[in-house]
Amino acid sequence: MDRALTLRSTTVGTKAIMAVTGAVLFGFVVVHMLGNLQLWLGAQAMHDYAVSLRKIHGVLWIARAVLLASVLGHAWSAFTLVRRNAAARPVPYKHARRDQATNYAARTMPITGVVVALYIAYHIMHLTLGVGVAAHDPQNPYNNVVNGFSNPLIAVVYIVANVLLSAHLFHGGYAWFNSLGLSNPRYAGMKRAFAMGLAGLITLGNVALPVSVLAGAVKPTTETFCSPELGPCAGPGVEPGR
Amino acid sequence: MSKKLNLTLHVWRQKGPTAAGDFVKYPASGIDDHMSFLEMLDVVNEGLIEKGEDPIAFDHDCREGICGSCGVMINGMAHGPRKATTACQLHMRVFHDGDEIWIEPWRAAAFPIIKDLIVDRGSLDRIVQSGGYVSVRTGAARDANNIAIPKDDADLAMDAAQCIGCGACVAACPNASASLFTSAKIGHLALLPQGGPEREDRVRRMVLQHDAELFGSCTQHGECEAACPKQISINFIARMNADFIKTAVTANADLKQREGQ
Amino acid sequence: MELRSNVPSGPIEKRWEKHRFDLKLVNPANRRKSTVIVVGTGLAGGAASATLGELGYNVHAFYYQDSPRRAHSIAAQGGINASKNYQNDGDSIYRLFYDTVKGGDFRARESNVYRLAEVSGNIIDQCTAQGVPFAREYSGLLDNRSFGGAQVSRTFYARGQTGQQLLLGAYQALERQVDAGTVHTHGRHEMLDLIVIDGVARGIVTRDLVSGEIRPWLADCVVLASGGYGNVFYLSTNAKGCNVTATWRAHRLGAAFANPCYTQIHPTCIPVAGDYQSKLTLMSESLRNDGRVWVPRDPADATKDPRTIAEGNRDYYLETRYPAFGNLVPRDIASRAAKKVCDEGRGVGPAVDGERRGVYLDFADSIKRLGKSKIEERYGNLFEMYERIAGENPYETPMRIYPASHYTMGGLWVDYNLMTTIPGLFAAGEANFSDHGANRLGASALMQGLADGYFVLPSTLAGYLANFKGPKIADDHAEVRAAVGRVNERLKRLVSAPKPSRTPDSFHKELGRLVWDECGMGRNAEGLRKALARIPELREEFWNGVRVTGSGAELNQTLEKAGRVADFLELGELMCLDALHREESAGGHFREEHQTEDGEAKRDDENFTYVAAWEHTGDLSKPKLNKEPLTFEYVKPAQRSYK
Repeated sequence: MDRALTLRSTTVGTKAIMAVTGAVLFGFVVVHMLGNLQLWLGAQAMHDYAVSLRKIHGVLWIARAVLLASVLGHAWSAFTLVRRNAAARPVPYKHARRDQATNYAARTMPITGVVVALYIAYHIMHLTLGVGVAAHDPQNPYNNVVNGFSNPLIAVVYIVANVLLSAHLFHGGYAWFNSLGLSNPRYAGMKRAFAMGLAGLITLGNVALPVSVLAGAVKPTTETFCSPELGPCAGPGVEPGR
Repeated sequence: MSKKLNLTLHVWRQKGPTAAGDFVKYPASGIDDHMSFLEMLDVVNEGLIEKGEDPIAFDHDCREGICGSCGVMINGMAHGPRKATTACQLHMRVFHDGDEIWIEPWRAAAFPIIKDLIVDRGSLDRIVQSGGYVSVRTGAARDANNIAIPKDDADLAMDAAQCIGCGACVAACPNASASLFTSAKIGHLALLPQGGPEREDRVRRMVLQHDAELFGSCTQHGECEAACPKQISINFIARMNADFIKTAVTANADLKQREGQ
Repeated sequence: MELRSNVPSGPIEKRWEKHRFDLKLVNPANRRKSTVIVVGTGLAGGAASATLGELGYNVHAFYYQDSPRRAHSIAAQGGINASKNYQNDGDSIYRLFYDTVKGGDFRARESNVYRLAEVSGNIIDQCTAQGVPFAREYSGLLDNRSFGGAQVSRTFYARGQTGQQLLLGAYQALERQVDAGTVHTHGRHEMLDLIVIDGVARGIVTRDLVSGEIRPWLADCVVLASGGYGNVFYLSTNAKGCNVTATWRAHRLGAAFANPCYTQIHPTCIPVAGDYQSKLTLMSESLRNDGRVWVPRDPADATKDPRTIAEGNRDYYLETRYPAFGNLVPRDIASRAAKKVCDEGRGVGPAVDGERRGVYLDFADSIKRLGKSKIEERYGNLFEMYERIAGENPYETPMRIYPASHYTMGGLWVDYNLMTTIPGLFAAGEANFSDHGANRLGASALMQGLADGYFVLPSTLAGYLANFKGPKIADDHAEVRAAVGRVNERLKRLVSAPKPSRTPDSFHKELGRLVWDECGMGRNAEGLRKALARIPELREEFWNGVRVTGSGAELNQTLEKAGRVADFLELGELMCLDALHREESAGGHFREEHQTEDGEAKRDDENFTYVAAWEHTGDLSKPKLNKEPLTFEYVKPAQRSYK
C-alpha cells in the first residue's frame, strides 16, 4: 500500500485528498441545488422528485456512501492540515502579519467549513428527518420546506449558512485546480472566474428559495400525497400511488 | 534632494533560541531617505555600540538583493512594503516622517530564532539535499549543445531558478509552508531535460523532506508569491502538486526499495 | 623563500594533459581516508567540495554565511567566458588564452592561463548538465554575447544572474554530496587561523559564529577558496561579509601574498549617496553600449538639472579622448577617466564629504533613436534597479555612475598546482593570484573559479595527497594548541581594548577611504608613502580604541567585524607597499608617475615582468619581496591601445 501511504502522509497528498473529496461535495451541492429549484414548479414536482430519487434505490445508497466518505475524507484532511499548519508556526507573529494577496474566503476556510458541517447536520435533521418538526410529512417535501422557511429565524439560518457556503465553495473551487496540479497558465485567469461564477450561481439558487418563501411568492399547499417509496402516508383515505 | 526622517522602531530582541524575546523601542532620528533599510539599522547599531549596548543582530551580506541572507518582517510584511524587493534593497523613501516601524524575525517551526532577527534556515538546505540537484559527475557531461531546449522552457526554468532562498515565502505564508521554495527548485529541474531522469524521485523526496522539516501545507493564499522578492509564480506549486500526485499514484515498488537503501 | 611554479614543460597546448598524467592518483579505496578542508563555498570552493566529495574524499566545507548558496559569487551578473566557438566567429582556446594574457597586461603566467582557456568549454558542459538555465536562442541552443569589449561572442549568461545560477549549480552538487555523506558542511563558521605542523598545512581553527566556540579541525590538506580582499576599501561591490582573514592568517604563517596592488575598479556602479553608505551596487557594463558618459564643462553646472544643460556645455569626455572605442573603452580606462573629471571638480550628484563623485550616463539619445520600449527591453531590469536605489527615473533623467572596487587580481601566490608556499595549503578562485595578471577581463572570474574547483584542484590535490605521508595529528598537539591559543588571545584583545571608543566600522571606513584615495584608481609615490605612514598609526589606534560590545562566547557581529577590520589594517599596508614598489603602470595598477604623454598606462617590461610575492617576516619587520619572473613564449608583450 505504498501508493496510498505516500499520498496520505504528505501535505501535498492530503491536500489532493481534500481537493478530490471537495470536488465530489461540490458536485453534490450543484445537483442538490438544481433538485431544490423544483420548489418553484410546485408541490407535485417536489413530490415526484423525491419519489424518483427513491426509485433509484441502489444508486441512492451508493451516492450516500460516497458522500459520507467524502465528508469524512474532507473533514479528516482539513483537520490534519489545520493542525499541521498551526504547528508549523507555534509562536505567532507578535506584530500581526499583514495579508497582501489572500482574500476573506481563503482565510476563513476552516471556520466556514465547520459552520457548513454544522449546517448540514441541522439541514438533515430539519428537512430529511424532521426532528422536532411537528408537521413534518415525508410525503410532502414541498410543504416541509415552505413551512420551515416561513419561520423567519429558520430562513435566516439558511440564508446565512448558504452565504458562508458560497465563500467556502469559492476558495475551494479555485484552490482545487492548484491542489491537483491543474495549472496551465493559459487558463490561470479562468480559475478564479470559474470558482466565483459557480459559487455565485449556487448561492443565488439556494438563497432564492428561502427568500421567495419569505416574500410570499411560494405558499404552502393543501394537496396531500402518498407514495409508498416515501414511507407510510400521513392520513387515511389517501390512495397509495395516487 | 534627500529628506530626513524621524522614526520609531520596535525591534524584536531575543538573546538566544530559548530566551524570551520582546519588542524594544528605539528612536531612529535624522534618517536620510536615500538610505537602505539595512543602512538605517546600521546607523541605529552604531549608536548602540557607542552607548555600550548590544547591537541588533540581523543577517545580511550582499546587500544587492541576490544572496538571500537578509529578510525580516517589516510592519507585518516579509521584506517590507515594496513588491519584488528584499529588505536590503528597500529604501527609506517608502516611509514617512514620524512612522512607527515594527521589525520582527521570520517565524516558523522550521526557522528557529538564533538571536534577535536571525533565524536558522538550514531546513531549506536540507530540502535541497533531499533531491534538489541533477546527479551528474564532474567531467561526465556531454557537449552543452547536444540537447536543444525550447527557449520557452529554458526561460520558464530560469523564472523558477531565480529563487534566492531567503525564506520570505515561508514567513509570509499563513501556514508557514515552504511550498513555493520547494516547488521552485522542483519546477526548475523538471522543466529541463537534464532533470528528467530523476524527476519522479526528486519530487517525492523533496516533498517528504519539506514535510519532515515541519513546514505547513499550501492552502493557496498566494501570500508567498506576493512576498517573493523574485516574484516566483505560485503556478510552480501547482506543477509540483501535479508531479507529486502523479508519482504517488503511479510509483512502482522499485522506488520504495531504493528508499530503503 | 623559493618560488617554484612547477609549470610543466613542452608545447603549451599539451602541458595540462601531460601534467595530469604525471600527477599521481589516489586509489579510490584510500580517498575516504583523506580529509580535505575547504574554506569558502563560492564557485571555487563549492565546486571543489562537490567534486572532491564525489571522488570519495572526506571533505569538510566551512563558510561564514548560513548556507553555502549565499557566497558572493552569487552576485556576478554578466556571464562566463568559454572558448566554445558556438558562434563560429573565430574563437578558439588559443584566442581566449591570448585575450586573457593581453587583457591581464602581461602579468599572468602563460601556462595557467592556457589551462584556464582549455577547460573553459568543459565548464559550460558541466553546468548545463547540472541544469543551469543558460540563455538560449530560439533554436534551443545556447546563446552567447560579446562582453567587455571582446571581439568574439564567447560569453554564456543566465539573464543578469549568471553568477547566481552557476553557484546554485555548484551548491546543488555540493548538497548532493552532503546527502551522500562525503561532504560535511559547517555554516556560520569563520576560519580564524591556520594550523601548520612541520611546515605543512594540517588544519584550521574556526569560530562558531553562533556559539562562539573556538575549535581546531585537522586534515591532510587545506583549500582556501575564501574570495578576494576588495572590502579593504570599505565601500566595494563585495558582500559585507567578504574578508581577507583566511588568506591573511595563512600569509602570516608563511604563504606568500602575490601582487596585492592589482585591484580592479568597475566603472559602472551607483555612486555614493551619503556617509552612511554601506556598499556599492554594480550595474552591468552593458549599459555603456547605449549610454553616453558626460559631465558638465563648467563645475558650476554640477548642481543643475542635467536636462537643462545645453549640448555645448557638456563634455562627452570618453568620446573625445577615445574616438575609436568611445564609451566602450576597457574598465580601467573608463574608471580613471571618471576619477579625473571628478578630481577637476566636475563631478555630479550629491556632495559627500564635500566632493561630488559621479558622472552622467545618459540614455536620452538612445531613447530618441531606438524608442523607449527598445531601451526598456534591453535594460529594463537595470533601470528598475537604479530607480529603486537612487530614487530617480533613468528614462527621464540621466543615470549617475561612478567606479567602485569590484575584484582583486592579487591573492595568495600559488604554483601550477594551485598550492601556496605552505605545502598542503591550496588557494583557489579569487583567493589566489593566478590567472588574471594585472587586470581581469569581464566574465572571466566565474570561469576561473569553476575551472579551479571542478577541474584543476581535483587533479592536483590528488597528486599531493598520493605522496602525502604526514603523521596523524591529535587535537592536543602543541601546534594545534598554539593555534587555538593565538585565536583566543586575539579575540580577547579585540573585546578588551584599553580605551574602547570607536566602532569597528568607523575604523574600517577610515581605512577604506585612505586606501581608496591613495591606492585606488590612481596611485603615486607621495600618496602611497602617506598611506604607509598613516596605516600603522590607525592600526595602533584600532587596537587601543576599538569598541566591541558583548563577549566572544555568543553570536557577536561586532566582534566578527572587528577581527576582519584588524586584518584589513595589515593587508592595506602591504597593498600600498606593493603599489609603491611597482614603478610602472599595469592593468589595475596605475602609477601616475608612469603614464604616456596622453595619460595611458605605461608598463616597464624590462624591470617588472615578474610576480611580486610578499613574505611575512614578523609584525615589526618589513615584508620580504620575492620575485617569480614571468616569461612570455607565446603572447609577446605589447602596449594596449584603445585610441
